[in-house]
Amino acid sequence: MLALQLPYWEITLIKTVIVLSIIPAGAVILGYVFLLKMMAHMQSRMGPMEPGGFHGWFQLIGDGIKFIQKEDIIPSEADRRVFALAPLVVLISTFLLYVVVPAGPRLVVENLDVGIFYALAVSSLGVIGVLMAGWASANKYSLLGSLRAAGQLIAYELPLVLAVVGVVIQADTMSLQGIVHAQANGSIFGVSLVGNPFILTQIVGFGIFLAAAQAELTQTPFDMPVAESELVAGYMTEYSGFRFLFFFMAEFGTAFALSAIAATLYLGGWYQPFFKTGVMADVLGPVILGIKVMFIAFLIFWIRFTFPRFREDQLQTFAWKFLIPLSLVNIMATAVFKVVL
Amino acid sequence: MAVTEQQRIAYIASQAADARVNVELQTEEMTLNLGPQHPATHGTLRIVARLDGEQVVKADVVCGYMHRGYEKLTEVRTYPQITTLINRIDWLSSFANEVPFILAAEDLMEVEAPPRAQWIRTLFFELSRIANVTLFIGEMGVQLGALTPVFFAFRDREYVLNLIESATGGRFHPNFDRIGGIKDDLPKGWIAETKDAMRRIRGYCDQLEDLLMGNEIFEARTRGVGVIPAEVGLSYGLSGANIRASGVDWDLRRDAPSPLAWKELDWKVWTHPDGDSFARYWVRLQETREATKMVDQLLEGLPSGPIQAKVPRIIKVPAGEAWAHTENPLGEMGYYIVSQGGLGPMRCKIRSASFHNISIVPWLLKGVYVPDIITILASLYFILGDIDR
Repeated sequence: MLALQLPYWEITLIKTVIVLSIIPAGAVILGYVFLLKMMAHMQSRMGPMEPGGFHGWFQLIGDGIKFIQKEDIIPSEADRRVFALAPLVVLISTFLLYVVVPAGPRLVVENLDVGIFYALAVSSLGVIGVLMAGWASANKYSLLGSLRAAGQLIAYELPLVLAVVGVVIQADTMSLQGIVHAQANGSIFGVSLVGNPFILTQIVGFGIFLAAAQAELTQTPFDMPVAESELVAGYMTEYSGFRFLFFFMAEFGTAFALSAIAATLYLGGWYQPFFKTGVMADVLGPVILGIKVMFIAFLIFWIRFTFPRFREDQLQTFAWKFLIPLSLVNIMATAVFKVVL
Repeated sequence: MAVTEQQRIAYIASQAADARVNVELQTEEMTLNLGPQHPATHGTLRIVARLDGEQVVKADVVCGYMHRGYEKLTEVRTYPQITTLINRIDWLSSFANEVPFILAAEDLMEVEAPPRAQWIRTLFFELSRIANVTLFIGEMGVQLGALTPVFFAFRDREYVLNLIESATGGRFHPNFDRIGGIKDDLPKGWIAETKDAMRRIRGYCDQLEDLLMGNEIFEARTRGVGVIPAEVGLSYGLSGANIRASGVDWDLRRDAPSPLAWKELDWKVWTHPDGDSFARYWVRLQETREATKMVDQLLEGLPSGPIQAKVPRIIKVPAGEAWAHTENPLGEMGYYIVSQGGLGPMRCKIRSASFHNISIVPWLLKGVYVPDIITILASLYFILGDIDR
């Protein structure tokens, strides 16, 4: 792609279009496979299996059409501009996440040296959009929901970062591409067949990362901000039509992006043992990464459909008194082994 | 009635206290209106909660949004017509609503239904209990954020509703009980199907015990939340599983004289000493399982014979007063009928369980967090029709 020698603005345009198309694609894939099909199987739901004939393939398209058709209602008390802008802010945070995730040796939008640092920084941008939505809606449920979301994201950002520190120490780099290479060049007891995925040494970190990612995504059991049985829909209560669709897409797009980051950090990303460089690696990379993403997303959604939700105080206790100390211990252990070995 | 000086001062003091609270409201506290349109209230219950942050300072229940005037309507209906009305009180276990009314009317007329009718009544009573409480067991999960159990509940409850429909013709509102007996006998093949459905329901109970009750988060959310001490519960008039979960061993099926077949069955009244939301859930789950066993026994021992005693074609109830109550899925339900010898009652007082069960809510909600409001409301388990009538 880079070999074409295009001017800078054209490359940027192509990259933007690609990332912009990945967000809805990722959201649609996760929405279809997990939200509709897996959930339907797990919960004996008949509805999503019917529309369109074969296995209910039309359901998601129908949902999309429904959202676009709906009236775009803005409450009269709402702060109109902030209200309208909030879903976009949330979506931008998702958009920025995709910039650094590598899908092959050369398939990366921007291989930043501080890739994972950047990714974690922009992933917390979304909370600004959530706060904007809650504040601008002029609705008490929205306000409570957005404040809960803010408190939760601050609490779970820390274990997320601290879990990643273990990987960074082991890989000696913050670049996501570098982390993939570090896993590809590793070996398990001298056998370098599948490299050395960090999940083997960072299993604790992986667990913490998943739990914190679950909380970042406000999925059950951490879905206090959108708890439908108490806060109706939290900060999304007043949204309808395509603005709601934006929130929906941002949620699933972020789920896809965080799964991709987890796959890159812990499962070796795009790496497969047969083609380390060259065109084949670039062709196979997205497929391999996609499979790993689906595996991690499966874990996330499996937990989502099984667990009840934490109460706000239990949620904070879990983050501050359990996950953060555990991740600190994990960092210590990783650092000690790094020096000793 | 004359107002004493003391009452007048108390009133002024309470007004002043309210005014003080209202002034504070604008600066620190927030009033949150849960309902009348809110997903956690199963309908149109309204809870006005004053919040300090996420903590409830004071909560009030406003009910009556769905008042349908059934007590008044009974005064202009004949006895056979009334069963159609009272079906709609607790709409999840409609048949159980009819039984105490019919018993009270039978009491006045001095008619007794034949044994087979009594057994079939008991059978449908317990089936409607299962239909009702299975939904609660799943619904509790939804209120706590676990979406899956309620779909299992709807899936397995379907079998029970199908049974009720195939025997009575009415899926939700059977309108099956008659003075002096029941409308029809059981259809062919029904007993085998019922046994199969009971196996399914027991499987569902096991599944939910595993999926929800064994979950640490569920325990953390419900244990110690909304604790009702036995004496407080009794003073608020709580009944049914809500009071049994506080350790009070009181079940009208066993403790009240009743012509129905409970006395002849081998079953157990479940109680739990804790009185918290978890205990209420636990007791209801055990009761569902117990009910399936009772249904099995009822099917085994079903006596033969007629299903209808001799009653006149046009039912006229002699003058007098009668009270009958039964242990409905939601708690004690009773009818006090005052008859003056006409085609319908002169006055009929309906004692429905949910109305009394939610009277404890303002006491219970003081000082809890917003998410716990939902847990407590869900665990008290009320049906709006049963509150507002």
